[in-house]
Amino acid sequence: MKKIIITLLFFIFSVQNANSLIKVDITRGNLDPLPIAVSPLHIDEKSEDLKGLKEKKLGEEISKIIEKNFKSTGLFNPLRKDAFVQRPDIAHIKPRFEDWKLIKAQALVTGKILVKDKKLKVEFRLWDLTAAKEMVALSFTTTPTNWRRVAHIISDKIYERLTGETGYFDTRIIYVSETGPKDQRIKKLAIMDQDGHGTKYLTLGNELVLTPRFNPTNQLVTYMSYFKNMPRVYLLDIETGIQEVVGNFPGMTFAPRFSPDGKKVIMSFAKDGNSDIYSMDMETRKVERITEHSSIDTSPSYSPDGKYITFNSDRSGLQQIYVMRSDGTQVKRVTFGKGLYGTPVWSPRGDLIAFTKVRKGRFYIGVMRSDGTGERLLTENYYQEAPSWSPNGRVLIFYRETKSDSKGKGFSAKLWSIDITGYNERMIKTETDASDPSWSSLLSK
Amino acid sequence: MSRGLLFSILFHGFVIFMTVLTLPFMLRDPVDLPPIVSVEFIQITDKTNIPFAPKAREILEKVKEDKRVVSEQAPPADKAKEKPDRIPMPEDKKEIKKIVKKKQNPEEIKPQIRQASEFEKKELFDPDQIAALIDKAKEEQAETQKKANKLTQSSVKNSFARGLSLSEEDALRAQIFGCWSVPLGLPYDEKLLVRIKLKLKQDGTILKSEILDHERMNTPGQSFYRVLAESALRAVRICQPLKVPPTGYKRWKDLQLNFDPTEMLKG
Repeated sequence: MKKIIITLLFFIFSVQNANSLIKVDITRGNLDPLPIAVSPLHIDEKSEDLKGLKEKKLGEEISKIIEKNFKSTGLFNPLRKDAFVQRPDIAHIKPRFEDWKLIKAQALVTGKILVKDKKLKVEFRLWDLTAAKEMVALSFTTTPTNWRRVAHIISDKIYERLTGETGYFDTRIIYVSETGPKDQRIKKLAIMDQDGHGTKYLTLGNELVLTPRFNPTNQLVTYMSYFKNMPRVYLLDIETGIQEVVGNFPGMTFAPRFSPDGKKVIMSFAKDGNSDIYSMDMETRKVERITEHSSIDTSPSYSPDGKYITFNSDRSGLQQIYVMRSDGTQVKRVTFGKGLYGTPVWSPRGDLIAFTKVRKGRFYIGVMRSDGTGERLLTENYYQEAPSWSPNGRVLIFYRETKSDSKGKGFSAKLWSIDITGYNERMIKTETDASDPSWSSLLSK
Repeated sequence: MSRGLLFSILFHGFVIFMTVLTLPFMLRDPVDLPPIVSVEFIQITDKTNIPFAPKAREILEKVKEDKRVVSEQAPPADKAKEKPDRIPMPEDKKEIKKIVKKKQNPEEIKPQIRQASEFEKKELFDPDQIAALIDKAKEEQAETQKKANKLTQSSVKNSFARGLSLSEEDALRAQIFGCWSVPLGLPYDEKLLVRIKLKLKQDGTILKSEILDHERMNTPGQSFYRVLAESALRAVRICQPLKVPPTGYKRWKDLQLNFDPTEMLKG
């Protein structure tokens, strides 16, 4: 009898213990960049020789571009290639996971290139080394001259798979290229890939150009130019180079910008000496007044859904940021901090507004929620402004000027980028001095 | 026959009764009391002036003796734990001795005396008052010790209910913190909890891992959840063998890790 009772009690306690599963909460991790190995892409033996294409080096070059893209994000740490153990061709078929784990890699990119019938076929695989499985595998076929874009598209796909948000590598940046001394600047419109490669100049520099902005399809650019001291808003087709004048506007005209559907251009100009916000229908060229106030209203920017507009105005006495409905109703002030706020730009995600703030002679680039709360200043400097969002709403590009000395020397204007977390501030290399950048949306959607 | 039936009824009744008592839903969650860290603020003058009171010296010696007994009985591992609860260590005693010698030197305390008013002087050198203070301090110390003991007991109970002691849990947590690279593209306003159930080997390596809400990984518009879940799983795999206690394998062979980066992302 005793034995039975003891057995029963033991059974009951063991059941009770089995029910109590230990739970441990993990609420912190590290923000160290993810170690990733990008193996040079293997060249298929069946590849044909093509004039002007260094095929043998293509695999290496594409992997270098991918690595550079990853490094620029601050989220990934591409590992040195001399530590790689496995050959690219074998690694692409089936990597020896243990070998790659030895060099502390957590993800691996492998690929293969085939040039046939004057076409370039690039395939890649992304491997999760800890789980020993393939995460994504894709193949692209294009004209061989497009190989750099293929590298950027691959980078985007990997970025998307590893971070959960869309990439921003297959994009371009348009900016104002500046040369010459500070008082005699020659300003041209220039366009380049987001990594600073392939710069092209779109205007000759005879006229002063300002504030270029892409339309949602990236085919068109709107910008301002002074022709015989008269401000004009232009429309430029990047692919064809065809340029047209959208309109002559009186007085001070500022910052034309496309609506999210690309059907309208919103800008501010001074009519009867008073700057207000206007929109122009691109089909009918009909101009519609949106704000009507005795103060100076400038720098309008649409929300991604097109329902709201943010702009800056000095109607409260000091320049602050406001939000209103796109028809001009329900104007609401959103910034109340000390200092001046300007150049508001709505994030493509719709959650944040980027701005420039001036306080005590210092310039800040910051972000806040669209209702004005949660203001975060990301970077501070002597002079910097004009933030523009990356298409995924994670990175901001802006320009920064350095102070010139008493002789007027030492002045420079450069493009910089910063993550919305305030980390990873980087200078973007440009052939000349640069200002007023605008980031395109993804070219391959 | 009837005796056998009676035994059978009693036996079955007992089994049903015990089962009902021990069913999981009948269990109440243990109250998770965070450990209270007691911090005592002492006037420096109280300490430095102790040697001037003969009564205080006696009490000090008594305290020293008491402490010696405690230190002899206590296992070495517990000593470190007892330090925050203000049970003085032999080293502390040495310090007190040193201070005593120093303060007995009239040259050193001279400036202090000169600066003090007559009233302050009285207060500084009144041995009875100091002795009373020490008595009071000792009583308070004893009370806090009692309280601390109670707390330790309750926290031990809690950790037993959880299966891991606080330090074991902290060690495991700290290990995984280092291995988990949090994806930065996560939305701020979504529920970001990833629950991973693990079956462990005795050496802490993983026998089986399972994401409990895996169906969410393939839900449209929840691609970030997949990335988050994968990063958590990666962290566990990189970390293995996990820092689990050397004993009590049955307690921790099944483990659930709840990854939630919400606080971290909000900064």
